[in-house]
Amino acid sequence: MSRSALVGLALLLGVAPLLSGIAARTKARLTGRRGAPLLQLYWDLARLRRKGVVYSRTTTWVFRLAPIVLVATAALAACLVPLDGRRALVSFSGDFVAFAYLLALGRFFLVLAALDTGSSFEGMGASREVTVAAFAEPALFLAFIALVLATGSLSLGGALGAPLTQAWPTAVPALAMVTASLFLVLLAEGSRVPVDDPATHLELTMIHEVMVLDHSGPDFALILYGGALKLALFGALLVGAVVPRAGLAPGLGLAVLVLGLLGVAVLVGIVESVTARLRLSRVPQFLTAASALAALAVILLLVR
Amino acid sequence: MPRLADLLLLLVMLTSFVVLGTTRLSTCIRAVAFQGLLLGMLPLALYPNGELHTWGLAVGTMAVKAVILPRFLSWAIREAAVRREVEPRVGYALSLLLGVVAVAAAFAISTGLPLPERTREMLVPAALATVIIGLFVLITRSKALVQVVGYLMLENGVYLFGLTHVERVPFLVEAGVLLDVFVGVFIMGIVVFHINREFDSLDSARLTELTDR
Repeated sequence: MSRSALVGLALLLGVAPLLSGIAARTKARLTGRRGAPLLQLYWDLARLRRKGVVYSRTTTWVFRLAPIVLVATAALAACLVPLDGRRALVSFSGDFVAFAYLLALGRFFLVLAALDTGSSFEGMGASREVTVAAFAEPALFLAFIALVLATGSLSLGGALGAPLTQAWPTAVPALAMVTASLFLVLLAEGSRVPVDDPATHLELTMIHEVMVLDHSGPDFALILYGGALKLALFGALLVGAVVPRAGLAPGLGLAVLVLGLLGVAVLVGIVESVTARLRLSRVPQFLTAASALAALAVILLLVR
Repeated sequence: MPRLADLLLLLVMLTSFVVLGTTRLSTCIRAVAFQGLLLGMLPLALYPNGELHTWGLAVGTMAVKAVILPRFLSWAIREAAVRREVEPRVGYALSLLLGVVAVAAAFAISTGLPLPERTREMLVPAALATVIIGLFVLITRSKALVQVVGYLMLENGVYLFGLTHVERVPFLVEAGVLLDVFVGVFIMGIVVFHINREFDSLDSARLTELTDR
């Protein structure tokens, strides 16, 4: 367990709520508005933290447990990613499966909580969320398989660590396609625009947001934070795949991570400004394209 | 230099996927025009110290595949006022997946083919994949104009295969391929207009209604 990995985890946990603020600011600037403060989500979290909680009488303990599970699983998944570009806090063979299913576990509890409220709108949102997740998962796994093939390392710590530095010069096209695929998955998993719209306030069009309508106070703060953390986590994966930092000094690696995360947030904001949201029936096609890209990368790496 | 050729071939395959995944006719045509541009650049990348023949092939290919034919197709779209969306018999998501299967199959097949040793590694699988995907588009799309795009992609695949023998086979072969494409698109364009005039539709399923009573 190295100190820089711990600092990386702290940085990720701290910087996560900033990303949605930057994405929103980028979007506002590109559309000629001033936009909300960059730190808006921090203020929101602080405000929600002070508020009371209202629980519906139809809900059970699952509803109260879900926000905690969401944040806990995201934080655990963050431990598996080599945030300083060298090694992860926890690393074992095949840990990318754990990464994917820790996030899936958080989502599972969020869906259970949504169904627990008995609201038909939330049930609809839950069904959509699971549909999107089912299509995003193959893309994520194919991207991981491509990374494993490129680096010959079976853990995220290795696949995004030192072996990747050697893999980039020999397999530029395949790794570029993996990166593109990971970005599309990030947009889907982070509930961003081509798939979902974080700014919408109409239940019929929401996916992620509609599931959390019944949460309030600190519970809702945890859910907002969990969502931000998940976005930051995929951002960290993306930065890890694009910029192998094993050769850099630990401090510099962490600085690159933070800069990269901010860059990803700006990119998300740009995508949100220039594309319209996809019709719901077209979302699977979008994610299948992500899977196809990653699958092509896998084929290329297999035959080289 | 061979690296550059591999990159171009990869982009050729990706543009095929754009055609498989898009719903807009104009995007289809732009994708196939871009593919033509890539195909024109390929001979220069494959044979960097090429003589006049290579340059002629490159310029000719770019002119026909990237400029003239796409112009012709977009003109047809405007004239015929085709609905922008294509209505496939196989869904877009499934098309994309089958495209991946086609690429995998192309790579698998080409390792077992008894080819002359001079052929470049990626060229044959890319050619096979483009042919298969072109054929697939030709079969599964119902709008006649998209089928023309599919036919063009098929021809692009044949052209890629021809590139393996540029040094030995005379210039005429490539010229023949270009001519073939031109004539094919020309005829199909005429057919498209006829269908459009007669039935006010570009759906080729209607062709079965053509009977001489």
